Amino acid sequence: MSSSKPPTEDDVLAQAAKWQDQGRQVALATVVATWGSSPRPVGSQLVVDQRNNMLGSVSGGCIEGAVVHEARQVMESGQPRVLEFGVSDEQAWEVGLACGGTVKVFVERLE
Amino acid sequence: MKRELLDRLLEARAAKRPLALITALATGRQALFCDNKLSGDLGLGDDRVGSLRQAIAADRSGVLDGDDGLFVQVVNPPLRMVVVGAVHIAQTLVPMATLAGYEVIVVDPRRAWATAERFPGVTLTTEWPDDTLTGLGLDRRCAVVTLTHDPKLDDPALAVALGSEAFYIGALGSKRTHGRRLERLRSRGFTKAELARIHGPIGLALGARSPAEIAVSILAQVTQVLYQAPAPRSAEAAG
Repeated sequence: MSSSKPPTEDDVLAQAAKWQDQGRQVALATVVATWGSSPRPVGSQLVVDQRNNMLGSVSGGCIEGAVVHEARQVMESGQPRVLEFGVSDEQAWEVGLACGGTVKVFVERLE
Repeated sequence: MKRELLDRLLEARAAKRPLALITALATGRQALFCDNKLSGDLGLGDDRVGSLRQAIAADRSGVLDGDDGLFVQVVNPPLRMVVVGAVHIAQTLVPMATLAGYEVIVVDPRRAWATAERFPGVTLTTEWPDDTLTGLGLDRRCAVVTLTHDPKLDDPALAVALGSEAFYIGALGSKRTHGRRLERLRSRGFTKAELARIHGPIGLALGARSPAEIAVSILAQVTQVLYQAPAPRSAEAAG
């Protein structure tokens, strides 16, 4: 296939393996649940390395910054986390989804 | 995720095997379900296997059995689109469908049309369409699009597609052309109900003119049918 193919979920996973092979720390973020309108469906994935390089998406760009920030901590601790973003979110997130939905994102380190 | 599990997942995906990755969200422990076997560091009872099979069949990722501590990621082989006719519209439809994630197969026995130069990077065959379509084993993750206008090429392809579970069948041609096509297929023994599966004239009614615009209308309709979205009112007037 040509290299102009867009990032599918599979390319995200292949990229995670590739980055790890290059000696980078890698974390994966996966949308595990959505309520209301959300820009990306359940199963959507984002891979990020310790230098904040990323591929894929878990929203339309609304929460990626916060997910990357959390991913850095998951890379260090190795402890997976479940993050929740949404307008009704009680947590101190400075970010939310403009569309009014809520998403739950699982972040894990590639071991 | 353990690298070993990721490698196994990527290997199974490359072999086009349907699979599911199950994650315990609290601990990060994971299991891979593929070829009816579970592996990994997450223990799952055999009673879960039915639910995993259902998730794969529905191509739906999500929580397992309403247990929001267990997440299932379904990885199915790509959807396929068989394009009969290596014509001008196909040259724009093929890259668009590829971008949308389809594995595209172009069929045209006319060697002047079916050249790698006109269709770089896709599977191209110059066999007769019915032979190719039969050999592909069309399933419900397949779309079949006929674009030749030539009954010798389109009709046999449509006959094979109608005998399959393909989720989408569409045929290019005016209402008049399509009417004559349906008559020919009826004389081959297909019923009216069977023939109603063919989207013809193909595509959503966007008023498309150029090959690229017609390709947009075709891919839009394929997407609409895939997700069983309600047809826009204007679709009645498609042509």
